Amino acid sequence: MNKYTVINPHEPFKVINTHIHNVDGWAKVTGRAAYTFDIKLPGMLYGKILRSPHPHANIRGIDASKALALDGVKAVVTGKDTLGIKQGIWRRYKDLCDEQILPVDKVRYIGEPVAAVAATTEEIAEKALDLIEVDYEVLPAVFEPLDAIKKGAPEIHEGFERNINVTRHIEWGEVEEGFEEAEYIREDWFRCGGQAHMCMETRCAVSSYTPDKKLTIYHSNQSPYYMQGLMAGVLDMREGDIRVVAPYVGGGFGGKFELDGAIFCTAILSMKCYKPVKIVYTREEDFIASKRRTPMFYYTRTGVKKDGTFCAREAKVFTNGGAYTGMGATALYLTGFFHSFPYRWKGYRYDGYRVYTNTLPSTSMRGFGAPQAMWCSEQQIEWIAADLGLDPIEMRRKNSHQEGTILPGQATIASCGIDQCYDEITKWIKGKGKLPANRSIGISACGFMSGGIFNWFDSPYSFSSAVVTINQDGTVELHIGAQEIGQGSNTTMAIICAETLGVKVEDIKVHSGDTDHCPPDLGAWGSRQTLMTGNATKMASENAKKQLLEFAYAQSGLNIVYDLDIKDRWVHAIARPERGEDFVKLVRKALRGKDGQKIVGRGYYTPHRKGMISPAYSYMLQGVEVEVDEETGKITLMDSMTAHDCGQPINHLGLIGQLEGAFSMAAGYGYLEYMPYEDGKLMNPNLVDYKMIRAPEMPPANIAEIDTYEPEGPYGAKEAGEGLTNPTAAAIGNALFHRFGVQMKECPVRPEMVVNALKEKKEKEAAEKK
Amino acid sequence: MEKQLLRLNVNDQNYEIYINPKTLLVEAIRDHIELTGTKRGCDTVSCGACTVVVDDMAVKACSVLAVQAEGTKILTSEGLEVNGKLAPIQKAFLDEGAFQCGFCTSGMLMSSVAFLNETKKPTEKEIRDGIEGNICRCTGYNSIVRAIDSVAKGKYTEDKV
Repeated sequence: MNKYTVINPHEPFKVINTHIHNVDGWAKVTGRAAYTFDIKLPGMLYGKILRSPHPHANIRGIDASKALALDGVKAVVTGKDTLGIKQGIWRRYKDLCDEQILPVDKVRYIGEPVAAVAATTEEIAEKALDLIEVDYEVLPAVFEPLDAIKKGAPEIHEGFERNINVTRHIEWGEVEEGFEEAEYIREDWFRCGGQAHMCMETRCAVSSYTPDKKLTIYHSNQSPYYMQGLMAGVLDMREGDIRVVAPYVGGGFGGKFELDGAIFCTAILSMKCYKPVKIVYTREEDFIASKRRTPMFYYTRTGVKKDGTFCAREAKVFTNGGAYTGMGATALYLTGFFHSFPYRWKGYRYDGYRVYTNTLPSTSMRGFGAPQAMWCSEQQIEWIAADLGLDPIEMRRKNSHQEGTILPGQATIASCGIDQCYDEITKWIKGKGKLPANRSIGISACGFMSGGIFNWFDSPYSFSSAVVTINQDGTVELHIGAQEIGQGSNTTMAIICAETLGVKVEDIKVHSGDTDHCPPDLGAWGSRQTLMTGNATKMASENAKKQLLEFAYAQSGLNIVYDLDIKDRWVHAIARPERGEDFVKLVRKALRGKDGQKIVGRGYYTPHRKGMISPAYSYMLQGVEVEVDEETGKITLMDSMTAHDCGQPINHLGLIGQLEGAFSMAAGYGYLEYMPYEDGKLMNPNLVDYKMIRAPEMPPANIAEIDTYEPEGPYGAKEAGEGLTNPTAAAIGNALFHRFGVQMKECPVRPEMVVNALKEKKEKEAAEKK
Repeated sequence: MEKQLLRLNVNDQNYEIYINPKTLLVEAIRDHIELTGTKRGCDTVSCGACTVVVDDMAVKACSVLAVQAEGTKILTSEGLEVNGKLAPIQKAFLDEGAFQCGFCTSGMLMSSVAFLNETKKPTEKEIRDGIEGNICRCTGYNSIVRAIDSVAKGKYTEDKV
């Protein structure tokens, strides 16, 4: 099965990077873990959402009287029952706050909420939907960004000329000079598909509004703090009067940190009838009315010297933004930023245009614009190497980022293990020897961020905070605002806390996912929690430990030159580890010295002076071995190898799981997960027709972990698990290129595309012979 | 439709519930018996999150009516442990980290249990085919395959309950 290798392992830790079970594992393998999906409150009503059948229409009127007359129906709400506030997660920028979750007068995509019903059963609520009469004035619609920017295209939002929602420009170095120096220039157009987050737990929420004007919301999300802030905004309430609880969350992948129809409609319905209301999206609703990875059209032009030295690159991108902004503005920036990765350029320029269309809004999804960027970049680089007769791995290596690389105005690379990644991938390829005739290998490189330095949300709080409380029996409460969504953040923080305090993971109780009881934290997105919440957790743990050691010093009578430490619940002089005392005994004494107050340590983290994007960057290479059936075009993944630098790994099991999981999602983006639209309607909104990797399709996922040390990360750690969503599609494309010489310019690569490309190639070759 | 009395045996416990005859087995288990470990992830019998074991066979509980399960013995993820002691497959899932968000886990465990009961020395391919009906969006399946393989190879024999 899989092979796991570690290159340059660091000094052994007591807890970090050891085989620690997931702290939520017990609950998850026994069926005890209760998700929002499982929540049932006394007197709870069930809600359903009526959705627009039109891609673009004015709402002239809604008559809900028949629905309200149905026995069991308790409330119907429409846009008219809301404050009509246009919201968005980019709340610092008013023009990017463009979405009313229940629109007042206009719908902009098929599936957009129009009204919501609360009834005593889900069945009655569903029946009531059929009784709501909506008078639509259907408007002309536009579905593709390159059509929507044309003069005379239907106007989707007032005041956005040519439907351009956001533009982004990135430029550094000397672009023109770079192209002048170039001895070979290649330009290509690419098309990148969307992708459904497809969280196993569909969007769902339970809201309960009570007569004391307080609102409690259970919601499947990636950032309870963002939800609290956004809901306060749309309801004109104080954040402190809203409690958001995200219990166990059934997946997120970048799709659950904006308001959705479930959270908003349950709140509005509950405020109308003062009863808890629950809404669970069906799988179809989740497909057609959540959000998706951003489809993109990419133009990229790259100039290199004949020896393979990279000179300059410029890219132009048009993205299908769908009906609203969401997190799309960030994806538009990050795709441009990561399109330059992981290479050094004399000059780099990017212009991105996010275009409104009458389709499902697009947003962030694991990789945050980078999978699209790498699909184009890493294939074009492979083709350039072939055009120039150079070794594609060595050409990449000589141009790659290194420790100390500066991207002017954007980033400084403090740790970078990509050079050893090339070694490991090369070893893997060589180890395979001669491949069977129907197989080939493709590789692809990339780097990724460890959390964003962005505060478009306009939070006045630290990006991450943590509180560590030590109880009298030596057990520890760790309160964090980081959100566990399956990626293992609760376990990672418990490990950091236990390592720092010198106790065991089973001593730590992690509290997260509740705005009433946890400190604010921006949540789980952009691979930020290991570094940011990890730093806050480490600081809080160090602070609590210092308070304990002050007592230990005072009673020890040690010479001041000696240091004390705690390991495995044993407080001791580092120079004389046998001289010491039990952790619990020390805690009890320290409590008495504090007049009975528990020891509380606080920690926080906000990046400062770390450039524009992120405090640290991970690096990786992905290799895939692919088999293709020439007749059917069917692609089969036979083997894979990931060489990966995430600094110091913290959560060993979690890291392997994140890399294998990212690979499967990334490979799905490359050749399976296709979202075809016809006239604004998604044609495969179910798990029969939307193809994803299942167990038989998943190849072995070999991993070589290159341990570097990232100075900004806790214990040297940085991102893992999101970055690896980026390189794989291009690696699959490159494998096809090496086997057949075909250049695939659209992803996902479907079988008919392979068949057509081979047919075209044969026809071209035949024509050349004549 | 008139509600009717239905007797179900779930995890060796007898339950009497009044249900509409068109109630699905998954609805009976989750909404009436209130064992919520069993999940639902789709409406097309595609994802396997609702898999339970009915008389030793893995069954997607959204694909059968509750009344069809009368007289059978139903096992859900809540029935795997005995007196707080985890079953081998549960221990293997913990050891291999064979879950992340956990939403598919109950169904995945039940498919694994049924598979291991009927296949004694499975090959890796047989394991993969055995859980083909269950979607996991998080793990990429390999950790789950490793967990099933380690149980099949007898790693947890002494733990058998």
